[in-house]
Amino acid sequence: MREIKCDACHHINREGTELCESCGKPLVEKQQAEGKETKKLLNMRYDGSSRRSMTYNKSVVDRVWNFFSSVKVGVTLIVITLIASAVGTILPQQMYIPQNVQPEVHYKDQYGLIGQIYYQLGLHELYSSWWYMILIALIGISIIIASIDRVVPLYRALKNQKPTRHTTFIQRQRLHSKTDDVTDADKHTFISNLKRMRYKVTEDNGHVLAEKGRFSRWGPYVNHVGLIIFLLGALLRFVPFMYIDDFVWVREGETVVVPDTNGEYFIENKDFIIETYGDSEEDTRFKEALENQSGPIAKNFQTNAVIYRNVETVVGAEPQLEKFKEDSILVNHALKFDGFALYQTSYQLNEFKSMSFIIHETNDADETELASFKVDLTNPAEEYQLDNGFRVMIDQYFPDYYIDDGEPRSQTKNPKNPAFVFLVYPPDSSEPEVSFAGIGRNVDASGENQYKVGLQDFEVRDVTGLTVRKDYTLPILGLGGIIFMIGVIQGMYWQHRRVWIHPKNNGLWLAAHTNKNWFGIKKDIEKAIMKTNINMVVDQEQEEQELQKQQEQNK
Amino acid sequence: MGDLITLSGNFLYLAFILYLIATFFFAGTIRDKKTEGTSTFSSKVAISLTILGFISQTGYFITRWMASGHAPVSNLFEFTTFFGMMLVFSFIIIYFIYRLNILGLFALPIALLIIAYASMFPKEISPLVPSLKSHWLYIHVTTVSLGEAILAVSFAAGLIYLIKEIDQTVRSKRTTWLEIVIYSILATLGFIIISTTFNALNYNATFEFPFEGDISSVDYQLPPLAGPNEGTLLTTERMNPLFEVPSWMQGVNAARKFNTLLWSLITGLGLYIIARAVLRKRIAAAIQPLLKKTKSDLLDEVSYRAVAIGFPVFTLGGLIFAMIWAQEAWNRYWGWDPKEVWALITWFFYAAFLHLRLSRGWHGERSAWLAVIGFAIIMFNLIAVNLIIAGLHSYA
Repeated sequence: MREIKCDACHHINREGTELCESCGKPLVEKQQAEGKETKKLLNMRYDGSSRRSMTYNKSVVDRVWNFFSSVKVGVTLIVITLIASAVGTILPQQMYIPQNVQPEVHYKDQYGLIGQIYYQLGLHELYSSWWYMILIALIGISIIIASIDRVVPLYRALKNQKPTRHTTFIQRQRLHSKTDDVTDADKHTFISNLKRMRYKVTEDNGHVLAEKGRFSRWGPYVNHVGLIIFLLGALLRFVPFMYIDDFVWVREGETVVVPDTNGEYFIENKDFIIETYGDSEEDTRFKEALENQSGPIAKNFQTNAVIYRNVETVVGAEPQLEKFKEDSILVNHALKFDGFALYQTSYQLNEFKSMSFIIHETNDADETELASFKVDLTNPAEEYQLDNGFRVMIDQYFPDYYIDDGEPRSQTKNPKNPAFVFLVYPPDSSEPEVSFAGIGRNVDASGENQYKVGLQDFEVRDVTGLTVRKDYTLPILGLGGIIFMIGVIQGMYWQHRRVWIHPKNNGLWLAAHTNKNWFGIKKDIEKAIMKTNINMVVDQEQEEQELQKQQEQNK
Repeated sequence: MGDLITLSGNFLYLAFILYLIATFFFAGTIRDKKTEGTSTFSSKVAISLTILGFISQTGYFITRWMASGHAPVSNLFEFTTFFGMMLVFSFIIIYFIYRLNILGLFALPIALLIIAYASMFPKEISPLVPSLKSHWLYIHVTTVSLGEAILAVSFAAGLIYLIKEIDQTVRSKRTTWLEIVIYSILATLGFIIISTTFNALNYNATFEFPFEGDISSVDYQLPPLAGPNEGTLLTTERMNPLFEVPSWMQGVNAARKFNTLLWSLITGLGLYIIARAVLRKRIAAAIQPLLKKTKSDLLDEVSYRAVAIGFPVFTLGGLIFAMIWAQEAWNRYWGWDPKEVWALITWFFYAAFLHLRLSRGWHGERSAWLAVIGFAIIMFNLIAVNLIIAGLHSYA
C-alpha cells in the first residue's frame, strides 16, 4: 500500500487520503467540493479520508465494489424501481381481479389491447416478477457496499480529531473569518458561549475545536442497517416454517381443528355476528350518509370463538380438548395464541344446518303427516327408522345442488342448496319408492309414488371464514423498522457542527463546518461571538457565487 | 348533535377566512423596507392570524370528532381538509425556525386551495366500515398527512426559489415548465370556481348508459362536455354532450370524473389567459420582482430542511404505521394496493432526493425542481389514486 506523508505535520496517511488526517492540509491538488462552482473551498466529505472506491479500480472486485458504492448507481436503481412500481398500478394486479375469471381473458376483455399487452409482458404480476426482485436485491447490495465504503473513512476521520489544523484547512472552509486583535477575555467568552450551546470543546495549545452532534453522522449507516434487516426479514418469508398462511371455515356451533397446528389446537365458533349501520340509536348521526348509499353499510363482523388445546398425546387417539382461550375475533382484532393469529376475513350467512321432512300420501290435499324425520346436513345418517313403520334411506345427497347438462350435481361440499334422492320404504314393504326433495322441489321419480316426501322446516346457521397466520418474520421486520427510524431521525434531526479556532499572532482565525443546515450553524456562531470583537464568519461559497453573478452581469 | 356539526362547519369557515386575511398580510410584508426575517407589523399580524386560523380549524376537528364519534379523517373531504390543516401547522413550525414571510404568501394559498378543494366532496359525516375501526386510523392517517404536509412546505419554498431564480428574460424549457406548474394550480382553482358556480345554480343532468351488462345512471353536476359512452340524456333542457368518452374508461363514474377534469382544465386555462392578458408577461415573470428581497440560499435551505423533517415523519406514518395497521386489519403488512405502492413511490422519490442532495450536491434549482415533482407525486397519491385507480383505500 502506498502511503502519503504530510509535508506540514509529517503524519503518514493511507493511500487515497485527500486531507491530512492529522492537520487537515490538502494532500492532492484538486481538492474541491463536488458539484460546486467554487474552486476555493475544500471538499469536506469524510474529512478527506481515503475511500476504497475512490482509490482502487484494478481488479474485478474493485470494479464491482466501485459500481455498487456509487450513489449515482444507487439513485438510478431507486428511480428504475420507482418507475416500475408506478407501471404496476396502471391496471390492477392479478390478485385484485375477480377470482373466478381467467386473467388472460379478463385483461383483454376489460382493457382491450392495452390490457392484452400488460398481461403478455407479465405486468399483471409485476411485483413478484424476477426482475422486480432483482431490482430490490440490487438496491440491497448497493446499500450495503455504499455504506461500508463510506462508514470506514468517516470513522477514521472522526475518531482522532485534533484541534490544531493547518492554516490552509482553516482558510478554505466555507465559513471563515479573520480577526486581528482578540483579547483573552473575548476568546474565553466565545468558547464558554459555545459550551453553553452544548458544544464539546477540546483545546490544544490555544487551538480549539468545538464540536456538536457528531452522532448524527452515523444516522445514514444506522438507517441502512435497519433497511437491510427489513429486507432480510422480508426474504425470510420464503423459509417454510417462518410463515404460514391458511384459511378455515367454521360453522356456528362446530369445533374444528386449526390447520397447520398438527392437531394441537381446535376452534369452536360459538356465534357469528354481522351488524350494519342504522339499527341503533347512535347511528342517527350518519343518517344523511346512509341515505346516500344504495345498500347497507357494514358495521361489524365478529366471531365469538373458543380455542381448545388437545391434551391427548397418543397419536391417532380421540382428541381430548381443554379450553385454552376464549375471545371474539373482529376485523382489526385478531385472536392470537401460541404464535398463531386468526383473522376475521370472510363469512357466509344462513348456511343450512338441518332439514325436516314429512311423509304424507301423494293424493292427500291436507298433507297429513304420517311420519317425519330430520337430516343433519353436515353429517347425514344413511337410514331413518320412522313412525308407522316407515323407513327412509338417503340414496344421493347434493349439498349444493345444480343441474349440469340434465345431470344433478353438487357445486361445492357446503350445504348451500341441499337436495336429496330418498328411498322411501312404506310400512311392510321392501320395495322403495324413489323421491327427490330439495328447496322448492319435490319430484316424484316414477310418477306412481304412493307417498310423498315434503320439506317441512329447516335450520340455518352462519359460517365464519378465518385466516390462519403465523409469521415469525414480523419481529425481524419490526426491528428493521425501528432501527431505520432511529437512524433516519438521528441523521436528519441533528447536525454535526464543528468550529475551529486557530490562534494567529494577537488575533484568531475562525472556521466552521456542518454537514447540513448552514443557516443553523451561522446562528450559533452569531450568538457565541455576541459582545466580543471577533468577526462574524463569512459564507465563502455564497460570496463567490455572488461575485460570479456580478461578473456575469457586468459582461 | 346537529348543532355540533353546524358549529364544526362554522369553525372551518372561520379558519378559511382567517387564512385568507393572513395571506394578504403576508403579501403586505413584501412592501416592508426591512430585510426578510425580521418582524414587522404586517408579519406579526399575518402569523397571528394564521395561528388563530389554525386554532379555529382545530376547533372544527374536535367538534366534528365529537359529532361523529371517530376522528374526522375517514373520507376524502375530511382527509383533504386535515391535510390542509397540517400544511398550515407545518408552515407555522417552519416559520418559527426561519421567519420567512414570503413562505406564508405561498404556503397559505396552497392550504386555502386544498381546503376549498376538500369542500367539493360530500361533507356529511359517514360511518366507519369495520376495517377502519381501529386506533390506527388516527395514528396512521394523522402522521401520514403531517409528513406529506411538511413535504408540501418544501414544495412551496422550492416554487418560490424557481420563480425567483429562473431567468425570465428569455423563453426556455424551464420557464415553460414553471408556467405549467402555475397553470396546474390555477386549474385546481378553476375546479373550485366552476363546481361552486354550478352547485349554486343547482345544475343537474342525468344520464343512462350501459355498464357491465346493466343500465346504470349517473348525475352530472357540470354541463356535460363529455358524456358517458352510449349514454342517453334523461334530464330535459340540458345541453347534449359534445362527445362521448371512449369505452375503455373504467368505472361507473369515469365519464363524469373526466368531464369534471375537462371543465377544471378549461376554467384553469381561462384564468391563465386572463392573467397573462392583464400582466402582459409570464406569470412567474410578474411575480419575480416581488421576491427581490428574499435570499435564495435561505429558500433552498428551507426547501431541503422541510424534506429532512418531513421524510422521517412520512416514513413513520405512510409506511411503518401503515404496515402495522395493514397487518392488523387485512392480515398482511403489504399487499401492493395502489395507495400502498404510491406511498412507496413517494418514499423512493424523497430517498433519491436526499441522496442526490447530500451525496451528489444537487442544490438550488435542481433541488427545487425535485421538491416540485415530489409534491406532484404526493397530490397524485392523495387525489388521483382515490379517484382514478380503485383499490382498498378508495373509501370516498
